[in-house]
Amino acid sequence: MRVSKNFLNDYVKVDDLDFHELAEKMVFCGNEYESIERLSDATGLVIGEVVECVDHPESDHLHICQVNTGKETKQIICGAPNVRAGLKVIVAEVGAVLPGNITIKKAKLAGLESNGMICSLEELGLDSKYLRPEDKEGIHELPLDAPVGEDAIHYLGYDDEVIDFELTADRADLMSMLGMAYEVGAIYDRKVTYPETEVETISEDVSEVHTLSVETKDCPIYLGRMVRNVQIKESPMWLKNRLMASGIRSINNVVDISNYVMLEYGQPLHFFDSDALGRDVIVRNAKEMEEMTTLDGNKRVLGPDDLVIANKNEAVCLAGVMGGLNTEVEENTKNIFIEAAIFDALKIRNTARHILRSEASSRYEKGIDPNRTRMAIDRACYLLNKYAGGEVLSGCLVHDTTSKEDKKISITLEKINQVLGMDIPKDKVEESLLRLGFTFEGNDPYVVSIPTRRLDVNIKEDLISEIGKIYGYHKVIGKLPVVEEKPGTYLPMSKMIKNTRKYMNGVGLNQVITYSLTSLDLVDKYVMNKGDNIVLLNPLSEERRVLRKSMIQSLIDVYDYHHSRHMDDLQIFECGKAYYQIEDEMIEENLVTGLLSGTYLSTSWKQDAMVSDFYLVKGIVEGFLNYLGLNRRYQFRTNDLNKDLHPGRSCSVYVDNECVGYLGQVHPKNHKKELYVFELSLDKLLSKKVRMVKYKEISKYPVVHKDVAFVVNIDTPSEELMNVIKKTGGRLLTEVTVFDVYKGENVASDEKSIAYALTFQDQNRTLEDKEVTEIFHKIIENVEKKCNAKLRDK
Amino acid sequence: MNEKINSLKQEVEQKLKSVSTMKELNEVKTFYLGKKGPISALSSMMKDLSVEEKREFGSALNKLKQEVNLMMEEVRIRLEEEELNRRLEKEKIDVTLPSTSVHFGSVHPLTQVIDEIEELFVSMGYDVVEGPEVETDLYNFEKLNLPKGHPARDAQDSFYITEELLLRTQTSPVQARTMDANTEKTPIRVICPGKVYRRDDDDATHSHQFTQIEGLVIDKDISLADLKGTLEVFARKVFGEDREIRLRPSFFPFTEPSLEVDVSCMKCGGKGCSVCKGTGWIEILGSGMVHPNVLRACGYDPEKYTGFAFGIGPERVAMLKYGISDIRAFYTNDKRFLEDFNRVKGSEE
Repeated sequence: MRVSKNFLNDYVKVDDLDFHELAEKMVFCGNEYESIERLSDATGLVIGEVVECVDHPESDHLHICQVNTGKETKQIICGAPNVRAGLKVIVAEVGAVLPGNITIKKAKLAGLESNGMICSLEELGLDSKYLRPEDKEGIHELPLDAPVGEDAIHYLGYDDEVIDFELTADRADLMSMLGMAYEVGAIYDRKVTYPETEVETISEDVSEVHTLSVETKDCPIYLGRMVRNVQIKESPMWLKNRLMASGIRSINNVVDISNYVMLEYGQPLHFFDSDALGRDVIVRNAKEMEEMTTLDGNKRVLGPDDLVIANKNEAVCLAGVMGGLNTEVEENTKNIFIEAAIFDALKIRNTARHILRSEASSRYEKGIDPNRTRMAIDRACYLLNKYAGGEVLSGCLVHDTTSKEDKKISITLEKINQVLGMDIPKDKVEESLLRLGFTFEGNDPYVVSIPTRRLDVNIKEDLISEIGKIYGYHKVIGKLPVVEEKPGTYLPMSKMIKNTRKYMNGVGLNQVITYSLTSLDLVDKYVMNKGDNIVLLNPLSEERRVLRKSMIQSLIDVYDYHHSRHMDDLQIFECGKAYYQIEDEMIEENLVTGLLSGTYLSTSWKQDAMVSDFYLVKGIVEGFLNYLGLNRRYQFRTNDLNKDLHPGRSCSVYVDNECVGYLGQVHPKNHKKELYVFELSLDKLLSKKVRMVKYKEISKYPVVHKDVAFVVNIDTPSEELMNVIKKTGGRLLTEVTVFDVYKGENVASDEKSIAYALTFQDQNRTLEDKEVTEIFHKIIENVEKKCNAKLRDK
Repeated sequence: MNEKINSLKQEVEQKLKSVSTMKELNEVKTFYLGKKGPISALSSMMKDLSVEEKREFGSALNKLKQEVNLMMEEVRIRLEEEELNRRLEKEKIDVTLPSTSVHFGSVHPLTQVIDEIEELFVSMGYDVVEGPEVETDLYNFEKLNLPKGHPARDAQDSFYITEELLLRTQTSPVQARTMDANTEKTPIRVICPGKVYRRDDDDATHSHQFTQIEGLVIDKDISLADLKGTLEVFARKVFGEDREIRLRPSFFPFTEPSLEVDVSCMKCGGKGCSVCKGTGWIEILGSGMVHPNVLRACGYDPEKYTGFAFGIGPERVAMLKYGISDIRAFYTNDKRFLEDFNRVKGSEE
């Protein structure tokens, strides 16, 4: 809402105030502003009279003008086509500054001295949307009675200052100058004055010309008055300036008056060409697929949720949003039917959403003061009489179901201070109420009357907020709440995620955060056993249309970003969610997903870098599961593989026989580069009960080491042998490691040799050679038997 | 006899002088101290001596043994030292060559901010709670005093899944869920961090996905002073000890009074600079007293309970704290950006 100082001053005295200071004070009443500026920033302009104007002998368009600027007559060379002797003009004297920081200097034009410049309106820096073509093409011609020598900007009213407020959604009342006047009045303790509405009427009554019928419940109030024989012409300067300051383009005096009254009262009006409208004025819901052409020339297709004003034949106005083309006020319109109405806010909001937003609809959506409807229509009649020469008909068509009573809120001083945490004295509370224009009865408890203009003040807390504003929130002194002492807690999943992050950081992975939304093309990639997609009805783009069910693709996108910048060594992870639905249930499953590519650990000048591979990712996952306390409970299986991972370089991760995720290389069909990924369900991992850590004494007794190598078929998974070794080794076999895998010379081409280092130890005694050897031989025997393996000769 | 002993001693001394390796030393040692060595030979001569002579010769011989041992020990130490020095010389490397890329994974700057804020509030007895990102219209809007058609819904353009289901536009629904879930309707102190979504095109200051941390306190006699005191603690912890905050009235449907909170500029301390656009203050969060309609919708009696709520934007906090100018940086995850934050944070200068 743009508020002009000159405009506002009609309703509350502000011309003695610093407008910047006023803007700041408004901020502390909850009304932030975007900008504060003058209509024109030009300085050093005076009104001059062209005393003499002759063509420049050496130019085809320049004129040599002698211009009287009050104190002196100076020579100015001017190129405007419309310059001529006798004109009153705007003169930028030497030293004047025009918008764009242009300083006027003494100059020579085609050999002749020029002491200033005669200006067009455009040169004053006005937004071109408010200017007519002639305002841009030629110098501005001031009225002939303009006082020579005076400040031209002031004379034109362009020294007006304008604050552009960003209103909060609740303050419907501030979408009017009167509302602004009350707000400013409350801050500065000043009275608000209402505009003149009294006008002489002719004997003809509006009911002789029009009849009103309201056939919908969504129009609580509809008033109609009429003005005859208006003269449509250009608006006076002051009216044009005020509309311009308010961001509205001047059309003609009649249309401008309807906008002007809306700005004053916040009550939108609609002017119909009474003759085009015909007798009947019907307010009703539109019919299914009913068509009408709005005054912007567009054909609109409506439905029963839209409200229209209709005559006998057709809809002629889209209620609260925009008028119809057929009944538009045009140059030759003589008689005007004025509508001032309130329509249901929700209905208007819906219509505005699917058709278009207008100054009127934005006011209807937020709500209108029912006490202003009549004032606004009377004001319009007054102005049409005064500025368009109209004859105002007596009477008013009325449909009105609204209550005009003030709201009553009863409140105590204690409640006010309890909510604000302050100790506002009684007299200050009373003073605040009176400044706000709220009267009250009683003496703590108070019964406060809230005028209908304040649609936003309905309950005690609303009122307390208003009192706080006027008294000043800066006076609140902070303290900590007096509450029960207790330790704060985290949810189990929050702790799980924290632990996950700690581990992943520890093994060198950078945490990333990526977008949850992805495309329908990618949503099913890398996903295992998940439900249906959760798809947006109104996405911004196809790339972000559906919630992801796996985070692997997002991490690959992060890899691609780095790859294109020649950073191929990447170790990243994300803790986030998969989103899917099973039947009607929306599921958000917490995941941890990682991606490794390129070098994991290296010394740049050495050749033995550790490059990310399957076993590194497997180790990271294994370490993570151990960190969670799940050692001995997980397995890596080669069934249930993820179809988007390399079939020979991936596995699924099982804990307690439940698949919790998978790991491996990204399938070469999906990505050219060797990328290793893992994805685990944190929800599933969290569901596994883990016992408390318990101290176990470290054995004091010596260990016995034994090495053994087996030759097996090349496709035998090493884990098979490992399992047999562990099972046979039993309690005394404390550690088994693979220390060599060999294929090649001395081993058949379809075989491989795997070498194991075994460690035996007892918790309570020194082991005897004999018993270790016994177990060792049993291990060899079992492996040979169960894994079809041969002991490899030393 | 003593002559023999002396000459033997001298002989050993001579021999040891030329010893330059451990091996030679051992040879000398084995030769002289061995069972068939000259010292042994001397002692075997003892049997022919008188008791008196035996004692004298015996002690001289013992002395010789001790001296020889000592001499050999000295040589051993000398040799070991020499060997160690040779080894050190041999093992010398160029310590100025670049190191191995040991890497501690980085915590995303948003997570750092969220962690810091969570820890602060947990230390003040708040519970960290969470709620779904796919949220119902009921919890995202209606229970928060934003009925269908409320103009304030415009400020939060939403991604809808069905007419009743959307991606939450704020973490405030977790407030309502927490109050609803508390069947005993006892006091509440929670913060709710999480992802939220708005139907905005991504640019330097807008992101269709971002994070929020909601705070909620419900108890008897909670006032605006409690809100201000709490947020002062927050502002000073996160932005520095010297920060002041100020409250500015505003409008949020779910609080009344509603207040914007400004913090004194962390760059200039309030004098006015480019960060605070010359005002000395920076808007950091929205807050207010929980609206009675919200309390009522969630089963709390507004006559008995009052509360405050606030919503912090971790992106905004991180951007202000570290001078990040483009919100998209958080979601681009450039490793150079991430690793810049991979350190203990220094203090303000």
